[in-house]
Amino acid sequence: MTEPVQHVEYHDHHTEHPTPRAYVWVAILLALVTAIEVAIYYFNLPDWALIAGLLIFALIKFLFVARWFMHLKFDERVFRMLFLTGIITALFVFSIVLSIFFLAGDGGPAPLVNGGG
Amino acid sequence: MATQDIVLDTQEHTSTGVDNVKLAMWAFLGSECLFFASLISTYLLYRNDVLSGPTPSEIYDIPFTSVSSFVLLMSSLTMVLALGAIHRKDERQMRVWLLATAVLGMVFIGGQIYEFTTFVEEGMKLDTSTFSSAFFVLTGFHGAHVTVGILLLLTLVMMSLFGRLSPGAERKVEMIGLYWHFVDIVWVVIFTVVYLIPTNG
Repeated sequence: MTEPVQHVEYHDHHTEHPTPRAYVWVAILLALVTAIEVAIYYFNLPDWALIAGLLIFALIKFLFVARWFMHLKFDERVFRMLFLTGIITALFVFSIVLSIFFLAGDGGPAPLVNGGG
Repeated sequence: MATQDIVLDTQEHTSTGVDNVKLAMWAFLGSECLFFASLISTYLLYRNDVLSGPTPSEIYDIPFTSVSSFVLLMSSLTMVLALGAIHRKDERQMRVWLLATAVLGMVFIGGQIYEFTTFVEEGMKLDTSTFSSAFFVLTGFHGAHVTVGILLLLTLVMMSLFGRLSPGAERKVEMIGLYWHFVDIVWVVIFTVVYLIPTNG
């Protein structure tokens, strides 16, 4: 009973890999999203709308590359958790850095000067 | 040799039940997230800090960088097609796709060298402003990662040509592929955060 379980657990899910055609469709979608991203950059949108739109499109691209090209959609859950741990820790560290810079007072970044010179 | 391949690719037992090499690669990529997040954070903090030299909106060439981004995205497609080819045990086609990936990576790096050269000619050097330092360090480290990826891809092609890729060919291509896709994913973030999101300058 235990021996077959060991075999099943390790299999690399090779049979579940998508077809080349599916990869091409994902690439076409990524290209389209990139085109839309660049297009909205030239629209006269309010900053908040532009930033929100750009971040959403970047997230879509990120997820498609990670899930399809990096096979996180098909692979073991533990790999997804490891990657997610890295991303969450990175965001956590970033929020701490921002807090130190902006809430602690005199330790903040150099004053923001617009327009150069 | 074929039997060895099968043993390494699908039947190696580990205490975790998953491939240890792949586990290590994902742990490495997780740590790389922290590395690039710190560089991106630094850039975000200092991108408006331009005491001298050009500001981001004055110097970025969005159409040019968009083409570079497109090239790098498409290199992820060729990489995954190389992996598909080695799954089908078609080493010749795998070499073609790996070479295509390396060439697209070289085009991206060529574009970055051109961009850096133009920026320096326009008066934005590494030490011109805090913004320029943060920009060059972030994009420079990403470029270094792409360069390492190109070398790894060319090594795979050479190993395949000299019959040194097996045993474990699928795993080797998959690991290099994961690294390559990660470099692509980081650029997705850099392209949006650094180039497209507007600054105050």
